[in-house]
Amino acid sequence: MISVKNLTKKYNGFTAVDDVSFEVAEGEIFAFLGPNGAGKTTTIKMLTTLLKPTSGEMRLNGADPSEDRDAARASFGIVFQDPSLDEELTAFENLEFHGVLYGLPKQLRRERIDRMLELMELADRRNDLVKKFSGGMKRRLEIARGFLHHPRILFLDEPTLGLDPQTRYHIWEHIKQLNKEKSVTVFLTTHYMEEAEHVADRVAIIDRGKIVVGGTVEELMARTGAASLEEAFLSLTGKGIRDQDADASDRMRGAMRARGWR
Amino acid sequence: MIMKMSAVIYVMWLRQLKRYWRSKPRMIGSLGQPALFLIALGFGFGPIYARAGGGNYIQFMAPGIIAMSVMFMAVFSGIELIWDRQFGFLKETLAAPVPRWAIMLGKTLGGATAATLQGVVVMLLAMLVGFRPQSLWLLPVALVFMAGTAIFFSSLGMVIAVKLTDMHAFPLIMNFLLMPLFFLSGALFPLKGLPGAVAVISRIDPLSYGVDALRIALVNGGDFGFGLDAAVLFAGASVLLILGTWMFSRVEV
Repeated sequence: MISVKNLTKKYNGFTAVDDVSFEVAEGEIFAFLGPNGAGKTTTIKMLTTLLKPTSGEMRLNGADPSEDRDAARASFGIVFQDPSLDEELTAFENLEFHGVLYGLPKQLRRERIDRMLELMELADRRNDLVKKFSGGMKRRLEIARGFLHHPRILFLDEPTLGLDPQTRYHIWEHIKQLNKEKSVTVFLTTHYMEEAEHVADRVAIIDRGKIVVGGTVEELMARTGAASLEEAFLSLTGKGIRDQDADASDRMRGAMRARGWR
Repeated sequence: MIMKMSAVIYVMWLRQLKRYWRSKPRMIGSLGQPALFLIALGFGFGPIYARAGGGNYIQFMAPGIIAMSVMFMAVFSGIELIWDRQFGFLKETLAAPVPRWAIMLGKTLGGATAATLQGVVVMLLAMLVGFRPQSLWLLPVALVFMAGTAIFFSSLGMVIAVKLTDMHAFPLIMNFLLMPLFFLSGALFPLKGLPGAVAVISRIDPLSYGVDALRIALVNGGDFGFGLDAAVLFAGASVLLILGTWMFSRVEV
């Protein structure tokens, strides 16, 4: 369903993704793990047509994301690492907007919006502005949106970042349910190793732009002799702390929050 | 295909208008400046302007203030793209299977519609302080030129926003682009008999043509004529719209 060969992305001299190759089968839940700045988000951005690769081949449901962009776009849904809702619109309006962009006819769109709001337990907040939502509610709405057009592939870039254990548990239950019912292929990244251990069929660990190891959780643990995925992860990627430079939007958001604008 | 594209353009347009309508502080705030200009300059310079033989200054400046409000609102709504980028919503639209031009066109037209509405509100405000349009029949013509000015500057805002990724450049745009465009446009003083350099600049300033057209339509004034005004505004708007679409289609996030 997803196939990546020798994928490389360089930004002015710095290699963010370095000759990465992997395959994800249809209906599989695949966890892409790695420390900060390892190249996870950059890989997702290339797969989802938001960034052009320097070199390498990609296939998404048969389409090439750097050539046949609209075909690739139509086959995936995505929950971004950073929030991407319009906070000045209501929950319903955000979903309605998404449905129109993906060409869902009105009746089908309305039915699915109702169902997804029901499923994500947001039905009673349907007409509230998103800026009044908690972090967990926004996340659930983004997952509802990512799935609204019934994509064959769902990209989840740290979907549970900053959420409490209850909300995280619910979100993963919803995702597993979607994966089982519609056999959606799920490509996820997370920093919570126990989550990956709990939901993923297969994992790959990426560090400094290169894939270090891939396989099932059991295989990884057996190879490193670790008792948990977290231990295996630390023994493979080391214990040094990674610092990532903030990009313009991170700095901007920080400044806005400090001034209490948003 | 055409059905789908018009749906995409419509929904982008609708989003801009909803954001405009819901942001009451911005709506009220953006009326503050034109109100101040109308009252302070209108009443302040009124007697001098009349003594110099110019007639009623509020009649003269109101079309200029209307054009200014349309320009400001239009550029701001184009620049909103920076917010969309920084608060993540741009990624949602860029990951969708729709052509970039449809996204760009819907956003621009939405911003332009909000700016045109703003122009109408400022005209009503001007009427409160004594402004009187010369003819009801020419009001629709004035509306068309407000829309032309709005599309021109909303595309310009979008072009700027594609290139700028940081809102900190905003004061730069305000002080080195919008304020000069406004002050050199003939919104506040007649363009006839200006010293050479200023005369040239004011003829390069696109806002001059928006002001001129509104002055013809609303108070039977103006220097350039509808034909030249329309040619500059609509040709300029088309060029900027095409340029913006092209630039927007190459955006990476």
